[in-house]
Amino acid sequence: MKIHEYQGKQIFSRYGIAVPRGIACLSAEAAQSAAEQLIKETGNPIVVVKSQIHAGGRGKGGGVKVVKGGPSAVLAVAKSLLGSKLVTHQTGPEGRTVRRLYVEQGLAIARELYVGLVVDRSSGRIVVMASSEGGVEIEEVAKHSPEKILREAIDPAGSLRPYQARKLAFGLHVGDKSPAPKLTVQQFADTLQRLSSLFEKEDCSMCEINPLVITDQGQVVALDAKLVFDDNASIRHADWSELVDPNEEDAVELEAKRAGLSYVALDGNIGCLVNGAGLAMATMDIIKHYGGNPANFLDVGGGASAESVTKAFNMILSSRQVKGIFVNIFGGIMRCDVIAEGIIQATRQLSLTVPLVVRLAGTNVEQGRELLRKSGLQIEPADTMGDGARKIVKAVQHAA
Amino acid sequence: MSILVDKNSRVVVQGITGAAGSFHAKQCIAYGTQIVAGVTPNRGGTVFDAPGPDGNSIHVPLFDTVLDAVRTTGADTSVIFVPAAGAADAILEAADAGCSLVVCITEGIPVLDMIRVKGALQGSPTRLIGPNCPGIITPGQCKVGIMPGHIHLPGRYGVVSRSGTLTYEAVGQLTELGMGQSTCIGIGGDPVSGLDFVQVLDLFNRDPDTDAILLIGEIGGTAEERAADFIRQNVRKPVAGFIAGTMAPPGKRMGHAGAIISGGTGTAKEKIAALEAAGVKVAATPADMGTTLRSLL
Repeated sequence: MKIHEYQGKQIFSRYGIAVPRGIACLSAEAAQSAAEQLIKETGNPIVVVKSQIHAGGRGKGGGVKVVKGGPSAVLAVAKSLLGSKLVTHQTGPEGRTVRRLYVEQGLAIARELYVGLVVDRSSGRIVVMASSEGGVEIEEVAKHSPEKILREAIDPAGSLRPYQARKLAFGLHVGDKSPAPKLTVQQFADTLQRLSSLFEKEDCSMCEINPLVITDQGQVVALDAKLVFDDNASIRHADWSELVDPNEEDAVELEAKRAGLSYVALDGNIGCLVNGAGLAMATMDIIKHYGGNPANFLDVGGGASAESVTKAFNMILSSRQVKGIFVNIFGGIMRCDVIAEGIIQATRQLSLTVPLVVRLAGTNVEQGRELLRKSGLQIEPADTMGDGARKIVKAVQHAA
Repeated sequence: MSILVDKNSRVVVQGITGAAGSFHAKQCIAYGTQIVAGVTPNRGGTVFDAPGPDGNSIHVPLFDTVLDAVRTTGADTSVIFVPAAGAADAILEAADAGCSLVVCITEGIPVLDMIRVKGALQGSPTRLIGPNCPGIITPGQCKVGIMPGHIHLPGRYGVVSRSGTLTYEAVGQLTELGMGQSTCIGIGGDPVSGLDFVQVLDLFNRDPDTDAILLIGEIGGTAEERAADFIRQNVRKPVAGFIAGTMAPPGKRMGHAGAIISGGTGTAKEKIAALEAAGVKVAATPADMGTTLRSLL
């Protein structure tokens, strides 16, 4: 689960990680007032107006503006940003509509660093990465100059040790050129330890500060906050539901999550309903292989009932682009007769008009096929995945 | 023969009285798995009944702790159906009680819990399969998991996969071709888990009764790339493969917690390239997994 920068900074503050003074705003007028307040508080006429979307690359995409002209200039900038579509290398070409701004005090920055924590899958540990190449795309640094990224793995039974934090601090020479080198080193190491503690307590799957800056006074401040939570841990974080921004979520994907289904919208016209994530991905792959274009990924899970199949069909059909549906079920725990009943009920209830190809295999397959045959509905059966994929692609091409 | 489980495996079911646990314990007992104990705290002393493969009634004693179960029945293998909030703890309990193999079916365990489990199991003789996996089956001998037993056929081909139903699809194809399976292992769809491809390939490589291997991977992480390295250096038996998710968009979690292309890595294309460079024949479509393995023989 992703959250906004301003929310991430609120969490940073709770853990004692230094962030610039900032105010979240939903209107241009609010942004103007926020600027007035910040300028008054800090004595610094420079503020930064930042678009809040769940994607990185906002600066490069033009969504972050340093404003030197005071509150009236902030009003103008805010008006141009709010409601606009921000396209970054992480949003896709369609971009995201900016609905919220974060107005932040300007800082005198001496240096920009990168700090990130991720779960390293192969070692099964949380790894702290730090680099002197702050403010740029870390993926590029990883690709072209991996030696510029320092790494420390956290002991799974413990926490980031002070010596590890110092290794990173001295490894990046954070004290060089600082007017207070000892302070800078101490603050940097301390920030890393607080961040590690935050990562574990808040059940993050990823956390990035890019850039983590050293000011001209040698202070260490988080200029950005990118936190991603581990969805599996939502059971122990009731407060996460308050952090969700429904505008950033695909409405259907959100609804699917609530219904216990896995759904990802794609841009094709063949809807898919499958049991099991691997089989669902493979179904998308084979549709593409035969020249079709999947409209979605949908894993109906192991306990599909008539109700969940109807819900699933509804979700698939909510995309007006859908010109056909392929149901591919390999029943293990799930019985083919149960899913057949679900398909029949859903088809009737929704008065389905697009072509429907159903491939059933596994437990009670004969009973399932028999039920579909007897239903009198326009359902094309398939024996194998390949057979089913070819049939749905053909049916959709004919309907076009 | 097989790897890890066979007709002599003595299985304890943690979470046997829950909905999933009781349903699947019954299925495994009917298949012929030796389920010798069940564990649900506060239900120790009671009995779980289910029909065996011959229709005879099997009585499974229940215990409050895995240690009690192991001490009393000699159970050496645990299968876990405990819900996500308590599953990591259940894995540690089974390891602590001396089970040599722990199979965790549960989906939805927080990643940090699994990081701690993995750390705790380092240096331990206990092997973990999963979590978020269908389990392991040596056809005709022992089923420890939720896979449909009837689609399997005893034989000489090893199957290892990150998926559940996609594995059944592959097994269905192999059985149809008369290519029986020595052991099928679902290693699960989570980012941090127990046995990985490399460790399972090593076991299959050394099993005198496994002649060739089918590996089924998916997007996310670098497990397939590490498998490719291992295959190139160590495996002389034929290996076929399939990677799901060629069509997956980056940054989106495709069902499995571990099935996500992030930071540009973990794409199906990279995995297929790595495996092919190691001499693995990768099926062009999921409908060809069985025939692709057959073409290598």
